[in-house]
Amino acid sequence: MTTATTSTDTNVAPIFHLPEEHVHPEGSSTMLGFWLYLMSDCLIFAILFAVYGVLGANYAAGPAPKDLFELPLVAVNTSMLLLSSITYGFAILAMQNGRTGQTQLWLAITAVFGAAFVGIELHEFAGMIHDGAGPTRSAFLSSFFTLVGTHGLHVSCGLIWIVTLMVQVAKHGLIEANRRRLMCLSMFWHFLDVIWIGVFTFVYLMGMLR
Amino acid sequence: MNPELVKLIFGRLTLDALPFHEPILVATFAVVALGGIVVLGALTYFRLWGYLWHEWFTSVDHKKIGIMYMVLGLVMLLRGFADAIMMRIQQAIAFGGSEGYLPAHHYDQIFTAHGVIMIFFVAMPLVTGLMNFVVPLQIGARDVSFPFLNNFSFWMTVGGAVIVMMSLFIGEFARTGWLAYPPLSETAYSPDVGVDYYIWGLQVAGIGTLLSGVNLICTIVKMRAPGMEMMRLPVFTWTALCTNVLIVAAFPVLTAVLVLLSLDRYVGTNFFTNDFGGNPMMYVNLIWIWGHPEVYILVLPVFGIYSEVTATFCGKRLFGYTSMVYATVVITILSYLVWLHHFFTMGSGASVNSFFGISTMIISIPTGAKMFNWLFTMYRGRIRFELPMMWTVAFMLTFVIGGMTGVLLAVPPADFVLHNSLFLIAHFHNVIIGGVLFGLFAGISYWFPKAFGFKLDPFWGKLSFWFWVVGFYFAFMPLYVLGLMGVTRRLRVFDDPSLQIWFVLAAIGAALIALGILCFLIQIAVSIKNRHALRDVTGDPWHARTLEWSTSSPPPDYNFAFTPVIHDNDAWWDMKERGYVRPVSGFNGIHMPKNTGTGVILAGLAVAFGFGMIWYIWWLAGLSFLGLLAVAIGHTFNYHRDFTIPADDVIRTENERTRQLAAGA
Repeated sequence: MTTATTSTDTNVAPIFHLPEEHVHPEGSSTMLGFWLYLMSDCLIFAILFAVYGVLGANYAAGPAPKDLFELPLVAVNTSMLLLSSITYGFAILAMQNGRTGQTQLWLAITAVFGAAFVGIELHEFAGMIHDGAGPTRSAFLSSFFTLVGTHGLHVSCGLIWIVTLMVQVAKHGLIEANRRRLMCLSMFWHFLDVIWIGVFTFVYLMGMLR
Repeated sequence: MNPELVKLIFGRLTLDALPFHEPILVATFAVVALGGIVVLGALTYFRLWGYLWHEWFTSVDHKKIGIMYMVLGLVMLLRGFADAIMMRIQQAIAFGGSEGYLPAHHYDQIFTAHGVIMIFFVAMPLVTGLMNFVVPLQIGARDVSFPFLNNFSFWMTVGGAVIVMMSLFIGEFARTGWLAYPPLSETAYSPDVGVDYYIWGLQVAGIGTLLSGVNLICTIVKMRAPGMEMMRLPVFTWTALCTNVLIVAAFPVLTAVLVLLSLDRYVGTNFFTNDFGGNPMMYVNLIWIWGHPEVYILVLPVFGIYSEVTATFCGKRLFGYTSMVYATVVITILSYLVWLHHFFTMGSGASVNSFFGISTMIISIPTGAKMFNWLFTMYRGRIRFELPMMWTVAFMLTFVIGGMTGVLLAVPPADFVLHNSLFLIAHFHNVIIGGVLFGLFAGISYWFPKAFGFKLDPFWGKLSFWFWVVGFYFAFMPLYVLGLMGVTRRLRVFDDPSLQIWFVLAAIGAALIALGILCFLIQIAVSIKNRHALRDVTGDPWHARTLEWSTSSPPPDYNFAFTPVIHDNDAWWDMKERGYVRPVSGFNGIHMPKNTGTGVILAGLAVAFGFGMIWYIWWLAGLSFLGLLAVAIGHTFNYHRDFTIPADDVIRTENERTRQLAAGA
């Protein structure tokens, strides 16, 4: 868009069309679109946080956060997820340097950390359910399991996505389309990190203070 | 057979789920099945399946998807209206000890289905359809940002509609009212499949709506032609942008709250139960945080339609373009700050109620500004009372009444008297019919020639207009009176015989509206029959102002042979004023997206998944979920989604238009 084409000066013969094809490069809207999707996802988490905020103290004579949460385990879990974010950052750096092998390696390491996170979370859930503190026990536990579980579900989807992208990078290399997809997954993965920091603070740390 | 095995295969689906015991439903089923067989038979006989599949169902063309949305909306309008007229007849005759003709079990499903269908599967598809068709044309784009996603979104909306329609003949629909408030919608009080149909119908359609919102925002932000700055966007595109922002910011809330309700129903959690610390009012708050923006999602694009129509048929630039844009943006923001006015009676205290009462009243200010802008556009304009303009004038008169009763309801003490009364019903039908629906009819008759290349027949259109408008006043003014007298909504039988006359009047109004719908259908049939006489070859039958009228009717697949360059708000008017000459040579090949059947397949799997979940057929739900994952991932392995329309094809299409224009002139 040049100033000449937008001029309303009537002395200049107006140009009403571009003689050459005006190309919107493929995927030029993808980052914006994915960002909008992430914000809509963020709203889902906002609702779950709000629900936890309202119902989180309704123990219904059942266990409270202090009886249930094991902070050391959660700390290990948090570090798994944060480390996976760092390694994903390394994958992107390798991608920008055009190193396919390195990118794949870092993606694999990210996936391992992510899987560890989901595994530890499932272990925590299984322990709580075994102790009679399942999601049906009280509104507090309903909202706890839903908030934390929704995050875990997102991480699991991210794992499927990482594997898919690793196959696609192996097949086609770091072509433009694959780079764009890796960037989208990068936004998704870091977004889940941010959400988890909210969960860790708001649910676990503040729960222990209650 | 082994009952365990039957249960494993069919879940809780049994032969009892088929409504043989309800003669009304059996008759309806017979009619629908007969009609369906005729339609399917005709499609097969005329060998149209391949054409439909290749040219329409798998199409990623925003224009065709837009038209399919409109067809969906109009078909569902017939279903939603059938529900309405059944309610009107029931309420008109259920007096003096008469139980009417609808058992409570059926009547409750009807009022729920009526609300759900009219909002989600009539108003939403019609609004989305018009946005899909018009927005890319108005901004000089070849398609939307994500053409495949657009196709997928449409089919998910269809999937939701299919799930809701299935409940008519397999099992039953919710008996809870259109927002399915708990605790009534919890398993304890609604153990059967009705609420599950409701949940999965809305979830499947909701995904489509959200994705189409993302898509259109990206389209408007990223795909504008050179020179189309934000403050040069046609007002309809501006309102579409605001609506899609609202969609992206509101629909996740609906998704989340329905997930929580499903967890209560399927897992046994305690979000909205009365025991174990649950809180039903949490649901009511959350669903209205979606629900109030939703009504603005419907009405904002329609305000855009009125703006386009008024400017075109008054032959004047829209009065107060900038204030129109800002009013739209202000309404967008304010729509998030008023949700609590739907339940002042919750008892959240004087301060909270005052806040939400006042914020509600403030919305009338930008809305009023819009109204004055339209009036000032008409003032000293050369008004042509063609059909779209007639709907616009009817809207301006009707909507002001609905707006004023809305401000009245926004006063909390008044609301305590009128809450859940027929006054409320009259109010929101007044704004949704008098606002959204009139505008959709204005938009349909305005853009129909653009979509099909011929105008709609004006005689039957005017007949339909008068039946609708008069019918509307007959149907809903009595409800204001009844509401003021204290009659609450959703009642099936009445004791006080003095009320009956008002219900009879309302039923007569519904009958008039039925004639309006009939005339509309006749209008379409007559117009197709007389299409040669009604043909428009110029592409600009109304002498209009915005860019969509600069191309042929119907527009070619690629919309514009050359990307337009914009210098002014009313781009096409500016081009006509300054002696624009349509180029007749120098055409290039054009890059376009390829059609794909993935959207249809994904939506079909989503319906199967929903059906499995509704009837506890776990194997079906599991398999179709895996299928969804596999197809979605498989689709990403296709990297070749584009093709180029060869320059020769473009030249042929454009030469044909040159020939037609010369013949017409």
